[in-house]
Amino acid sequence: MLLEDVLKKYPREENQLIEILLEYQTVKSSHYISKDEVMMIAHYLNIPDSKVGSVLSFYTFFSNKPRGKHIIQVCKDVPCYVCSNVDVLKIIEKELGIRVNETTTNQQFTLEYTSCLGCCDAGPAMRIDDKIFTHLTADKIKAILSEYRVYM
Amino acid sequence: MKMVNATINHINITVEENTSILKAAKKFGLNIPTLCFYEDLNIKSDCRVCVVEVEGRKGLVASCSTPIKEGMVIYTNSPRVINARKTIVELILANHDTNCATCVKNMRCELQNLAKTLGIDQNRFPSVLQKCDIDDHNPCLVRNPNLCIKCGRCVDVCSIIQGTSVLSILGRGHETRVSAVFDEPLSENFCTFCGQCASVCPVGAITEKDDTDVVWKALTDHNKHVIVQVAPAVRVSLGEEVGLKAGTIVTGKIVSAMKLLGFDRVFDTDFTADLTIIEEGNELIDRITNNGVLPMMTSCCPGWINYAETRYPDILDHISSCKSPQQMFGALAKSYYPKQAGIDPSDVFVVSVMPCTAKKYEAKRDEMKVNKEYPDIDAVLTTRELGKMIKQMGIDFENLEETDFDSPFGITTGAAAIFGATGGVMEAAIRTVYEVVNQKPLEKMDFKELRGLNGIKEADINLGGSTVKVAVAHTLSMAKILCDQVRAGTSPYTFIEIMTCPGGCIGGGGQPYGTTNQIRQNRIDSTYVVDANMKFRKSHENPEVVALYENFLKEPLGDLSHHLLHTHYHDRHHEEQKNAYDEGNH
Amino acid sequence: MIEMKLISKRFGKINPLSIDEYIHFNGYKNLKKALMMEKTEIIEEIQKAALRGRGGAGFPTAAKMMGLAKEVSKEKYIICNADEGEPGNFKDRYLMENDPHQILEGMIIVAYATGGTKGIIYVRGEYQKSISLLKWSIDEAKKKGFLGQKICNSPFNFDIEVRSGAGSYVCGEEFALIESIEGHPGRTRVKPPFPTEKGLFGKPTLINNVETFSTIPTIIEIGGNRFAQIGTLTSTGTKLISLSGNVKNKGVYEIPFGVPIRKVIFELGGGIVNDRKIKMVQLGGACGPIIPEYMLDMIIDFERFEEFESKTGAGAIIVIDDRFDIFTILLKIVRFFQHESCGKCTPCREGHIQLGNIIEKFIERKATMQDIVSLESLARVIHQASLCGLGQTSTTSIISSLKYFRDDYIDRVEHSERGQTI
Repeated sequence: MLLEDVLKKYPREENQLIEILLEYQTVKSSHYISKDEVMMIAHYLNIPDSKVGSVLSFYTFFSNKPRGKHIIQVCKDVPCYVCSNVDVLKIIEKELGIRVNETTTNQQFTLEYTSCLGCCDAGPAMRIDDKIFTHLTADKIKAILSEYRVYM
Repeated sequence: MKMVNATINHINITVEENTSILKAAKKFGLNIPTLCFYEDLNIKSDCRVCVVEVEGRKGLVASCSTPIKEGMVIYTNSPRVINARKTIVELILANHDTNCATCVKNMRCELQNLAKTLGIDQNRFPSVLQKCDIDDHNPCLVRNPNLCIKCGRCVDVCSIIQGTSVLSILGRGHETRVSAVFDEPLSENFCTFCGQCASVCPVGAITEKDDTDVVWKALTDHNKHVIVQVAPAVRVSLGEEVGLKAGTIVTGKIVSAMKLLGFDRVFDTDFTADLTIIEEGNELIDRITNNGVLPMMTSCCPGWINYAETRYPDILDHISSCKSPQQMFGALAKSYYPKQAGIDPSDVFVVSVMPCTAKKYEAKRDEMKVNKEYPDIDAVLTTRELGKMIKQMGIDFENLEETDFDSPFGITTGAAAIFGATGGVMEAAIRTVYEVVNQKPLEKMDFKELRGLNGIKEADINLGGSTVKVAVAHTLSMAKILCDQVRAGTSPYTFIEIMTCPGGCIGGGGQPYGTTNQIRQNRIDSTYVVDANMKFRKSHENPEVVALYENFLKEPLGDLSHHLLHTHYHDRHHEEQKNAYDEGNH
Repeated sequence: MIEMKLISKRFGKINPLSIDEYIHFNGYKNLKKALMMEKTEIIEEIQKAALRGRGGAGFPTAAKMMGLAKEVSKEKYIICNADEGEPGNFKDRYLMENDPHQILEGMIIVAYATGGTKGIIYVRGEYQKSISLLKWSIDEAKKKGFLGQKICNSPFNFDIEVRSGAGSYVCGEEFALIESIEGHPGRTRVKPPFPTEKGLFGKPTLINNVETFSTIPTIIEIGGNRFAQIGTLTSTGTKLISLSGNVKNKGVYEIPFGVPIRKVIFELGGGIVNDRKIKMVQLGGACGPIIPEYMLDMIIDFERFEEFESKTGAGAIIVIDDRFDIFTILLKIVRFFQHESCGKCTPCREGHIQLGNIIEKFIERKATMQDIVSLESLARVIHQASLCGLGQTSTTSIISSLKYFRDDYIDRVEHSERGQTI
């Protein structure tokens, strides 16, 4: 089982919790942690379920509900906003047919907002999984999305 | 200890180094308003109500967590401070259901008191409350998130004092909320229903499930013969509900109040506490003599039973099979008593008044029905609920005459009285077991090494020439230590008493609000005063208990005893707890 | 040229993957020098240099080092705070992506001087490239004997581990960061005790920003006195400025303290895109003040910025042209803090939502004069009563805007009162 394989790599210490969640959620295609998995992780680290649940609910990387295969996060902060000639979010919403915080029906994409990505020198910016895309234009956004669709 | 000098509002003060500004101010007669602060709990400093101004510091500092340093100049009521406090309370109120008149905590609410103290007469902020569901899916506790002010006290007692960590803080920013994991009900997360969360909640976000309406209905139903039993811990605590000092002994007044409320008979749970000692003491002797499972562990605390069934199901055979005094009473009340009194058992309505919220769960267990169709205990009231009923009735409690408990469950002993304190059950058991085994009177009646608020206490007892080690633990985090030893097979003890609540039952989840270690100690001290003043101090000397065996039960651990007074436990480690509570049984 | 490349000198000049190129370009030379010095000497040099933390708070680094050095403990942690998450700041990313070994070298020197036994670099989870580069560099440094046992053949042992954040800006606050490493939600702790007394896993801990550690080798190289001659009296040395917004040449620039903001914008930034007019500039990052065009001759300096009841922040300069109004910008800033607040203390958790509601009234042209009063009062309470640095600085933009853009507020209210609704 996938989670067991991930757990085995880590010492059974509470301070490994975030690293475990990060790795497991990345390899799991629906990018979320279920309650059963929370219990398994809690048992492995010998901590209460509620502590795992608490961490899961605090950090924006984590989700307790299934998400799409690819998670698109659009920066909504001031530096990107003032140098955007396009409304990045609206373009993506139109391309994919979903609103922010929704997942496409084929489970391929989830669209979210994110806080500043640290690419203010190259905005507007967005993140898809662990890749960051900068200097976005309408054409560039569409091209990037097409590439992800091709690899599906 | 080094002393430091500072000024508070231009008044010079001298205190021990590292005293907090809050404590220092209190010492000099100034009560800085607080909200998340709770005596004897760890300091959180997150409500920010107690902020004060310190010269030289840019921002305001929390007085609960800021130590006084030499030369500090402090202002507790500058315009900046007052505006900050008011703003903070208004912000809380803007995310709170402010229908105070119909709130379960009306007039007992720390937020309400604070708003009044600060003179808040308007809220500059509009409500941003997003209403969400109440969790009342269990028989003991009600959680109303619309009232929660995120002070974190409940999470602290659940995770630090009890170590069960059922409640936690979820989310972030404005989504921050208190809940069980994944926002599920308590009943699905192995809550033991100890109610410590309810006893520290400053508002009405967690309270006990109110059964007073059920009891009022029975009391006014002429077809019902309504009897009540009163737990040992209640008699040293109920007085606080009507403004008396903690530890005031109000036994006789309770009985009088019950009569005024309309109960047909008022009995003493202490009677069945004595009975428990006879049964449990003999069970212990039997296990010691016949290589039974040891150490034996007490079974009268339902929070502990919930804890063991869900987290230590592998050591359930260590727990005594004796029911708790509440349930032994219930069994007798639906069998022996109706026969004696010439009443149809189905007309008997049994109420118990307990310092405990978990007792509401215990009463609803399937095993607690000597007649299969109806439970042995029909309703459980906490000390607080009884206080509520006394006020609803308009009873002038303080000035009541004293009345004795009714027969045949009215004569009790000092051993029973001390059940309410941590170490009390153990001491009571020793008083009987010692004399039965050694066939001679106790050299000393009082086992002081088993008393007090230390988490784990031990004693060595001479039984039949051997030294037997016993231990007492209170709070589940302390219980865990002893349970782990039992699980590992390394426990050095023969008999273990476990109480879920800090201080034992006198610190129960259903006790008057504002319980601190000092108040626990006051209640405990009074418990031993009650004991010292009793005519009989050992359970086996209780003449009514002796009569019960002669006339009915025949012998300890006999067939009838097993049928009525003993029970069994369940491995609930894998069960969905919501099945354990029949939702139709509200 | 106003730039002075002390810690950014290797940017673009070396392959960040290559430890050999780093060594060739003066790399680890200062570590070797430091290992020959007395520990107290090293701290004295930092003190002479009057180095102040480069993450935002500007706390004197030497004082922090002395605080850690005096603690007696078998374990002491040296944490590099690479959780750069404040809008407008990206200089730490540049340091990690272009010169990772410099950070390691700085950490090792500080560890040696203070008795540090274990190092951790906490990097925000979004900076995957930085995380990979740092892990790679740590391995390379170990192979060459700059990390691990017997560093440079001295008796000193020290290891560094990289830990990832998971999407939480508040984990840049020192105790929230510690909580995160310990596997908890990033909520700060009650102070005292402070991290140098009781930090990670209850042990003495020193936390400094990426840029602060990066500066240490330079100070060892040129000496504290020489370093202190650069910049201003109260703000010594150089600062990396993250320049963004509506300027032509966005990027990271290293300048000595004391340079006027205007010079940075026009000489380094190349002026405004399409030569538009500057409406406002936010200094430091999202938790910094917003100032109007006429104040741009102000110099970049800690003391000067304290006049705003603020800090220099991490040194960002966000230039915003006249297409944008103050309220839209403020709302975005407030929404950022709403999202990132940990939720532990009342003023921050409940206050930001109310702030957002009031600002929306200005945007919707429904605000009154009373709203100006309420906004200011609430912003000040959050600023003064919050438990940690996030709440204590989140409303700087609002407070400064009420001072410098008050006419905008009054104008908006007057338009609302005239019944001109949208």
